[in-house]
Amino acid sequence: MLWQYVPIAILLVLSTALAVLIVLLDALLGPRKPTFRKLSPYESGMVPIGPGMRRQPVRFYLIAMLFLLFDVEVIFLLPWAVTFRKLGLFGLVEMLVFIAILLVGYIYAWKKGALEWE
Amino acid sequence: MDTTLLLEWTIKAVILIFILLTGFAYLTLMERKVLARIQVRLGPNRAGPYGLLQPVADGIKLLFKESIIPAKADKVIFVLAPLITVIPALVINAVLPWGRTVTVFGRQVSLYVANINVALLYVMAIASIAVYGVTLAGWSSNNKYALLGGLRSAAQMISYELALGLSLLGPVLLAGSLSLVDIVEAQRRMWYIVYQPLAAVIFFITSVAELNRAPFDLPEAEQELTAGYHTEYSGMKFALFYMAEYVKMITVSALFAVLFLGGYLGPFESQYPWLGPIYLVLKILVGLYVLIWLRATLPRFRYDQLMRLGWKVLFPLALLNVVVTAVIVVLMG
Repeated sequence: MLWQYVPIAILLVLSTALAVLIVLLDALLGPRKPTFRKLSPYESGMVPIGPGMRRQPVRFYLIAMLFLLFDVEVIFLLPWAVTFRKLGLFGLVEMLVFIAILLVGYIYAWKKGALEWE
Repeated sequence: MDTTLLLEWTIKAVILIFILLTGFAYLTLMERKVLARIQVRLGPNRAGPYGLLQPVADGIKLLFKESIIPAKADKVIFVLAPLITVIPALVINAVLPWGRTVTVFGRQVSLYVANINVALLYVMAIASIAVYGVTLAGWSSNNKYALLGGLRSAAQMISYELALGLSLLGPVLLAGSLSLVDIVEAQRRMWYIVYQPLAAVIFFITSVAELNRAPFDLPEAEQELTAGYHTEYSGMKFALFYMAEYVKMITVSALFAVLFLGGYLGPFESQYPWLGPIYLVLKILVGLYVLIWLRATLPRFRYDQLMRLGWKVLFPLALLNVVVTAVIVVLMG
């Protein structure tokens, strides 16, 4: 069965070669006249204020945590959906229980205000 | 035997990359032309007839531009980020079925690069890698706009990925397979957009958000973030980001056609298999036109509206769609 992935590997090698070639051509063909102003961070023409990397809102991190939780649910549902016709009613009830448990977590996150973005 | 098979795969991969790159080049022209027409302008029409050589001119210009790497940027990641973005965008198309088996020079050739039994899972997995490219590009630039654009982009893409994954389950439940070829063949009686209208709508909205395109183009909102995560990129490195975005537009249109519009199916396709790719390309063109049309007509969302739509509307709706579909499949036997 693993041989089916050989074409994908070939495509991966070819695309990587193409992308690397483009970056190399870019380095070879373009002019190279760096100046101090040119290499400083772009900030709409102003002199940059403060460092480029600064602390960011923790909300982004919260979104990533929630994503992990619920994405695992989606991944669990995929094999279930494929074999669903064989599982029949049993599979349906099992998955309804699974979704119900996750719904509790979803409602909890909603009530706690984790989904708000003010 | 093995060498000919390897040769066949390599030729198919080269042709696929060629199609995607040509498609990318002319999609940029199509976008500019359609946008221009909607805004009562002419659009590019100087390079060649109807501006047909415009993409070539653009490519050559970008190739000979100075490519700047900012002094305080993380140089290795700065160069790697466009590669990480563009390679998955190309590789994801390996599982797209363009048609059934055809005969070329007396040899049976199937019109896809690979038909694996976990095709949809593969699509979801590879599509997630693009988030890394965008985030790393924003982080390594040492630029406020870029960092904020990259973070916004990552949060938006993972938020909408949930509803996207759930909307894929509808067609999978009906077809009983993750292979895109099987899903297309299961639509011979009726296109899935008829059985799964809600899933189709959710898939379309979420994939526009995954593409970071209007009205979900907050990561590159010009008025506040100049260009978002690729603010500091120039020359061909910028072109690689551009290429990834447009190749992904083609992929999303193709996936929509495959999952909901019957892919390569169409009248007389069973007698003449060569009609398959033509039907698929027509369906892709319709999808691309709608994407451009959206950009020309809809204003941008605000970030809290975007998050509310993704988490509080699309995610529960997609989950409901899965449950209802499952119940109906059980009831119908």
